[in-house]
Amino acid sequence: MLLDVTNLQKSFAAPDGERTLIVDVPRFSLEAGEQVAVRGASGSGKTTFLNLIAGILQADTGKIVLDGNEMTAMSESGRDRVRAKTIGYVFQNFNLLQGYTAHENVMLGMLFGPGVDAKHARGLLERVGLSHRMDYRPGQLSIGQQQRVAVARALANHPKLVLADEPTGNLDQRHAGEALALIKEACKENGAALLLVSHDPAILASFERSEDLGDLNRAAAAHAGPVSDTQPSAPAGMEGTR
Amino acid sequence: MNLMSLVRRSLRQHALSSFVTILSVGLAAGLTMSVFAINAQTYDAFTGGKVGFDAVLGARGSQLQLVLNTVFHLETSPGNIPWSLYKEVAEDSRVTLAIPYAVGDNYQGYRIVGTTAQMFTDFTYREGQGFVLKTGGRVFDESKKEAIVGHYVAEKLGLSVGSTFTPYHGLQFEERQKHKDEYTVVGVMEPTNGPSDRVLWIPIEGIYRMSGHILRGTGAVYRPTDDAPVPEEHREVSAVMLKLRNPQAGFLLSNTINNQGKVATLAWPIARVMSELFDRIGWVSRILTMVAYLIVVVAAGSILASIYNTMNERRREFAILRALGARRTTVFSAIVLESTTITALGALLGYVVYGGILSAAFVIVRAQTGVVLDAMKFDPSLWMTPVGMIILGALAGLVPAFKAYRTDVASNLTPLS
Repeated sequence: MLLDVTNLQKSFAAPDGERTLIVDVPRFSLEAGEQVAVRGASGSGKTTFLNLIAGILQADTGKIVLDGNEMTAMSESGRDRVRAKTIGYVFQNFNLLQGYTAHENVMLGMLFGPGVDAKHARGLLERVGLSHRMDYRPGQLSIGQQQRVAVARALANHPKLVLADEPTGNLDQRHAGEALALIKEACKENGAALLLVSHDPAILASFERSEDLGDLNRAAAAHAGPVSDTQPSAPAGMEGTR
Repeated sequence: MNLMSLVRRSLRQHALSSFVTILSVGLAAGLTMSVFAINAQTYDAFTGGKVGFDAVLGARGSQLQLVLNTVFHLETSPGNIPWSLYKEVAEDSRVTLAIPYAVGDNYQGYRIVGTTAQMFTDFTYREGQGFVLKTGGRVFDESKKEAIVGHYVAEKLGLSVGSTFTPYHGLQFEERQKHKDEYTVVGVMEPTNGPSDRVLWIPIEGIYRMSGHILRGTGAVYRPTDDAPVPEEHREVSAVMLKLRNPQAGFLLSNTINNQGKVATLAWPIARVMSELFDRIGWVSRILTMVAYLIVVVAAGSILASIYNTMNERRREFAILRALGARRTTVFSAIVLESTTITALGALLGYVVYGGILSAAFVIVRAQTGVVLDAMKFDPSLWMTPVGMIILGALAGLVPAFKAYRTDVASNLTPLS
């Protein structure tokens, strides 16, 4: 088992001092190479859930074991080390560094892991169809192209787990499917498991295994009100242009 | 790509503020090194004891004025002493060399010193090093109107062997104070990088016989004539430069002349006399040093401010780096490395500034005193200042680095959902 989550809880203090439980997941697990989509509406704690798994946030209680490392028992620097080595992260807004080229952004993903491999970074960009845009900065790339750079960066360190937080959230329907297919294929080729969270039912439908965070997360269920889902994405189309 | 790549990128992204900060550090480093180096070199030049003489005998008065007048060719002469005193001290067994000096004339503002040929045959201005004349030159004939010209004077006035000049009365140049005598240059000195380079040397007899000069060696006025030698009792000297057999001789002579006598002053040891001058004007040096330190502190503050001001816009960048696996200490180190790099680049620029200041000081100090400053001469401040500034720069980086260290990753990446 690559990822095993048990009795995970995370709460935040409100300005009035009252603590609100955001994540309360009794059990969640992921096998190596498995691809799982988790559906979560806005406010369901899905980003917090991913940040807990990534070790960016420390859980209040519970246990996260990732690739044999008990993240919840580790120091922050220990979690950083595991994250750099084991996890690739694709953010909804890509979080590319604006001052760096596409190639450099991918290499940044290697800087804190096993080491920078410029050739591997070029190979990843070629794989996502950006061999002609390596020296472009994010501002010179279309949204779709930035998405691809983010995917390449997430795979830079040969991660065992790729976390994707609404990776198609900023794409129009035409390009969302294509981006999703790219992430899934790239993860498969690299042997990485994929944990993707989205509120898009169409995306969930494309995964063999999908979970509803409303079911997983008792805290979300407790806070849940009427949630209006967005329209499902359309089939994949051409790459977006600027 | 490594941590330094992040620093390079940040410096490029904030090119203007980085440049201004590097400039301020460079100015601070250059100024500090200059203050220390110029101070050390001038102190060494004026008190280092490498003037060739151990003591100066002159008229009753200030030892400092005596030394400044004779050794450094600055200030006016405190008065004259009779020739007999020169002869007496020259024959003293405790004295190994006594050379008379007579001053009172100039050429184009450069001092004319009347002395004996011993100055060029027996005197060494530093260990084993006497005055050297350029090829084609020779020592003046003490009975003729001949001159040897210091290197700086020759360079500035375009004098060479065979040139002639007419002295002017007084130590300050005044057109209407022109003497009638004409001197021929028979030798030009190789540079000594000392006060002697600014002097025109003529036979002491020439001073006595200069048109319009009168002698008061006996107390009565005596006007030398061309056809008769100047009687010794009428002769006077401004000072006598002495080399002593040993320090005890200086102590005994000083006691005899300064404490028991009433007509003369022995300035001994010369280095002690000059260091008293520096002690008196030491506050100037201390103020300059404090100003330099203050500029260093301001430069360190500008490093802090320039990096700190970028912290808000860079919070997301730090959060992304942290999300990619960078530890807090890595981000912290990147900022400290950035401030250290800025300081190091500034320190390098400081050497350029130092070279510029020393070049300007070289011209001024050489023109005023003949002392030549050497920008390449080692001074501890030349490594201590850059190293100190780099350490200070690193410390200045701690404040923004701590802010970067505390950057919250989750809240700076995406809003929580």
